[in-house]
Parts: sequence; structure tokens; C-alpha cells
Amino acid sequence: MDILQSIFVTPFLDMAGAPDLLVQTLWEGLVSGVLYALIALGFVLIFKASGVFNFAQGIMVVFAALTLVGLHEKGVPAWLAVILTLGVMYLLALTVERFVLRPLVNQPDIILFMATFGLTYVLIGVGEFIFGGEPKQMIAEQLFIPRGAIDVKMLGGRVTFQKIDIAAAVIASVMIAALAAFFQYTRIGRALRAVADSHKAALSVGISLNQIWAIVWFAAGIVALITGIMWGARSEVSFGLDIIALKALPVLILGGFTSIPGAIVGGLIIGVGEKVAEFYWGPLVGGGIESWIAYVIALGFLMFRPQGLFGDKIIERI
Amino acid sequence: MFYREAGQFKKTYAADMAVFPILQDRIGIAVILIVAAVVIPLTGSTFFISSVMIPFLVFSLAAMGLNIVTGYTGLISLGTGAFMGVGAFACYKLTTIFPNVNIIIWILASGIFSAAIGAAFGLPSLRIKGFYLAVATLAAQFFLEWCFVRVPWLYNYSASGAIQVPQRTLFDVAITGANATPTTRYLVLLGIVVLMTWVASNILHGRIGRTFMAVRDMDIAAELMGIRLLPAKLMAFALSSFYCGVAGAVMMFLWYGGGEAADAFNIRQSFNILFMVIIGGLGSLIGCFLGAALLNIVPIILKFGFPAIGIAIGSETAEHLNHLLVGGLIIFFLIVEPHGLARLWQITKQKLRTWPFPY
Repeated sequence: MDILQSIFVTPFLDMAGAPDLLVQTLWEGLVSGVLYALIALGFVLIFKASGVFNFAQGIMVVFAALTLVGLHEKGVPAWLAVILTLGVMYLLALTVERFVLRPLVNQPDIILFMATFGLTYVLIGVGEFIFGGEPKQMIAEQLFIPRGAIDVKMLGGRVTFQKIDIAAAVIASVMIAALAAFFQYTRIGRALRAVADSHKAALSVGISLNQIWAIVWFAAGIVALITGIMWGARSEVSFGLDIIALKALPVLILGGFTSIPGAIVGGLIIGVGEKVAEFYWGPLVGGGIESWIAYVIALGFLMFRPQGLFGDKIIERI
Repeated sequence: MFYREAGQFKKTYAADMAVFPILQDRIGIAVILIVAAVVIPLTGSTFFISSVMIPFLVFSLAAMGLNIVTGYTGLISLGTGAFMGVGAFACYKLTTIFPNVNIIIWILASGIFSAAIGAAFGLPSLRIKGFYLAVATLAAQFFLEWCFVRVPWLYNYSASGAIQVPQRTLFDVAITGANATPTTRYLVLLGIVVLMTWVASNILHGRIGRTFMAVRDMDIAAELMGIRLLPAKLMAFALSSFYCGVAGAVMMFLWYGGGEAADAFNIRQSFNILFMVIIGGLGSLIGCFLGAALLNIVPIILKFGFPAIGIAIGSETAEHLNHLLVGGLIIFFLIVEPHGLARLWQITKQKLRTWPFPY
């Protein structure tokens, strides 16, 4: 009975007893959820347009952030470094399209998936060669990312909001809105949606698949750079960050591989669920459950919707 | 010229369906076995046996396990490392609780524990497919990895969280622990790998293997043909985890000899074995060996080969180069031959058959 009580009753009593702590936990969950959603967004962009499950998205985040910091260390002013990094990401997109995707067109999904694995290793190797293996500090001040915290008195206690977290949430919302508008209202966005629907039909109306893929990988590169800046400012920039790609995977299966809203909602659910579970239920089993609870949450949703919350229905024909 | 089947007539169905229908293949496999069992232990240096051959055999076994579920049944699994870990811990617990039973029995029995856990984590495969399933198997990886660290019972409450492999003997010869020579460990490992490969080959060429392949090619069609999907998929997961579990057990007992298991069986290990399977060739037993050999040799050449010919590279640079080369190799092989080294081997055999007049 004690066990049941400590699982089903005590955590909720804790929540009701200290609402300010609950709000703090929820807020932290939301913020990490936004960051997960950002990484998942990069995955979804590429999966929609080319059907490639891009495992390299996590390392692209690190690579972009490292390039930015590395350039700044060489004495390039921050604004120029951002532009140059975007240039590097564009070159990367072109290279990937030309040397990895084009030769592998029409191969089974798992082959393309493995190719992005190879790409991950290449990027790690190249990045380590150029920038070394040591962690670096993100140039937060130069990019006008606010520091410090705001304390708000509420619910009989104090809740701390880090300014950088607020900035991250705002920037993420702006970027998602911009991406949505880009997909909905521009010529290229329409072409992207056409490619996502059907490669062959898109080709037949004169859309260049190669061009579209390069653009999509560049878009994912931009998302990666922004994610890298936000994530790097919260901790530091190192190759250890590539593990965050694994954090984004449950978000993806929860939201569905093909849905941008899914990535966002999934990110928030996973972020909040993870933090709340760790804070209220983690101590029961000795803590550290953050590493796998996200997968369990996602699996629970998958049992009822095998294509994720917002994914396209999977129709199989014989 | 030498490799052709002219004049070799099959008189029975069984002879026609043999795993090695051509005489030259049978001679070839016998030569390989003799080299592996006699020549290498007699002539190989300690370094060659313990740093090249033992890891190669361990990884071949693990790759075989993953190939059963991913290559033959078409279910992508990213939890290989964790299933290997289950095998290693099961073997450790069994041999510390029952020290008098022969260690080889426990190594093989630890696969059963791994198989049970693998089947449990394979349950979602009936409902979830493709990449969704791949991510779902990551749940197994992370959950088990967490267990390896957080459940002290598994490593007998040792303070460091590391496990120490005790000494066990076979016919009064030490085969595990600090006193076992690399050659003994190698021979025991070779015996296990040959046995398990033979069993796998028979299973995969028989009814069960055909069931797996039918499920891989189109599971709905397989269901319409009367294959029950749930037993078939669970069997694939269980069999695969059995092989992985044994691989994990031999990795800990015959290669590492102890250490922090959670590090040895982490997510990178899973990816590493997936690379071997893909580069070797999905759905091919010989591919497991070829892939394991290639991915095993590249780091060793980088680490020891270059200094030997006078090019000094630091260990850090070697690691960076290793990343770069492994990544490059994966992309290169996928582009050149998406079906892996096994397909290259097949093409070579076909060319040899018709050589020197290819038409």
C-alpha cells in the first residue's frame, strides 16, 4: 500500500502543497521542451521534403555553434560570424546534397538513414580537427542574448524565470511562425510541400528535386544554428551536445515524423513530462530517470497512435 | 578457372539445398576453420590474438544477432548494446551465484535472459513500424543502461560499479579471469562463435528463417499467407537478443575481463554494431563477419599501423581520424554498394565462375 500511495498520492499532494515549485518545474519543462522542439523541427523539415531520417541533425547543431564560436575566436565580429556560419551551413547543404543524397536517390530508407549516420561521424571528425575537442563558451553577450533572471512572486512563493529561457521561447516561436509562413506563402515553400507530397509528381511539374533538397538542408542548417546558439548559451558548446539529438527522437515519434505542429506539441509534452516525472517520481527509483522517461511517454502515445499524434496516417497496400 | 561447379551433379534435393553447394566453397570453409583453429593460435602474437581476433569474433557474434532482427526480419533495432549488457550481467550473476557450474553453460544460458528481455521490448513491434520502431527500441537501450548503473544488485554491490570477472576453468585450464591466456580465451570464443554460426545458419535456412524473410518483405502479405505476425516478430527479437546476449557475455568474460559495463554497452556500441551489419550486408551471415572485420581493423590500423610505418599521429588525432574515416567509409560503401560487402563477395564469386570468358 505504501508503494501505491507514494506513486499515486504523495506526488500530487506535493504538487498541491507547493504550487510555486510546480510552476517552476513546469516552466523548466516548457523551456527544455522548446529546445527539443527546435531540434525535432530540423528533423521534420528534412523528413518531409526528402524522406530522409536525418540523424545528423544533432551534430549539425553542434557544428553550427562551433563554427560560430570558432570564427568569433579568430577575431571576426559577431554579426559577421553569424553570416559566415550561415554560409558554411549552406555549403554543407550543397555538399550533402551533391555527394550523399544524389548518389543514393531511390535507395531504401534504412540506407539513407545510415548515410546520415556516416555524415554524423564525418562532421564530428571534421569539427574536432578544426576546432579541437574542448568545450567552448557561447558568445551570448555579443549576440545580445540577455542574462540574469526575473523573480516573480506568485502562489505564496517565488518563481525564477531565466531571461535567456524567455528569449529562447520567443525566438523559437518567431522562427516557427516564419517557417510556417515560408511554407504557406512562398513559391519555394509551395515547391517544398509538393515534394513532400510526392517526389514523382513534383518532378513532373518541373520542380528540381536537387535544388529543393539543398534548400531544405539549408533550412535545417539555419534551425540548427539557432538551436545551437540557444542551447550553447544555456550550457557550453561541445561534442557532448550531439546526445541532444537522441533527446529529440522521442519528440519526433510522439509528434509524428511529418508534422511541424507535432514537433512543437511533442517537444512541449516531452519536456514537461520529463521534468515533472524526474522531480516528483524520480526519487522513488533513485533518480536519473530523465534519460529514458521520455521514450516511455512517447511509447505510451504510440500504442494508441502508431504514426504519432499529428503524423500522416500510414496506409499500407499489398 | 578453379572456382566452378562444372561436373558437380546434385542427386538429391538436400544436396541441392545445401548451405555450401559447391565443392570449392566447402574446401574454402574448411581451410578458414583450420587457419582459425590451428594456425592462428600457433603463430599469432599475443597482440594479434587479443586485440584483433577476439574483438573481431565478439563483434561478429553481436552483428549476427542484430542481423537476425534487422537484416532478416526488417525490424530496425537500436538496442543491441543494451541486450549485450543483459547477457553480460546475467552471466556475471549466474556464475557468482552458482560458481560450480561450467562457465560455458552460463555464457550460453545468459542468452536466454537476454532473449526474454528482448522479446518483452519487441512487443511494440506488432503495432509500430519502421523508424517509429527504431526509436522505440531506444527506450530499451536507455532504460537498461539506466538499470546497469542504478541497480547495485546487478554488479554485486561493488563500490565502483564495475564488475570483476572471476576465474573459471574448463578441464582444469583457466578460460576466464586474469590467469587465462589470450590463446585459450580465443579458442573458447572461436568454438562458441562457430557453434552459434552453424545454428544460426540452420535456423535461417529453415522454416523460421523463411518466416522472418516473409515478414521483412511485406508483413501484411505474410499474414495473409498464414504467418502469425506476433510469434514471428517476437521470435525474431528473442533470437536476436539471444545472440546479442551471448556476445555481451563473451565480450565481458573473454575479452574485457571486467570493468564498468554500462560504458561498454552504451548507445554508441549499438550504433557501432549497426554499422557493421549495414556495411557487411543486411540479411547475410557472411556479411556479419566481413562488416565486423572491416570496422574492427580500421581503428587498429590507425592506432598501430601508421606509427609502425613511421607516421606518428597522436592518440587524439587518431581518434578524430577514426571518426572521419569510419563516417567516410560508411557513406562510400553505401554509395558504391548499398547491399554491403556480402554483395561484393557474391559478385566476385560470380565473376570467378565465368573467368576468363565472361560471356
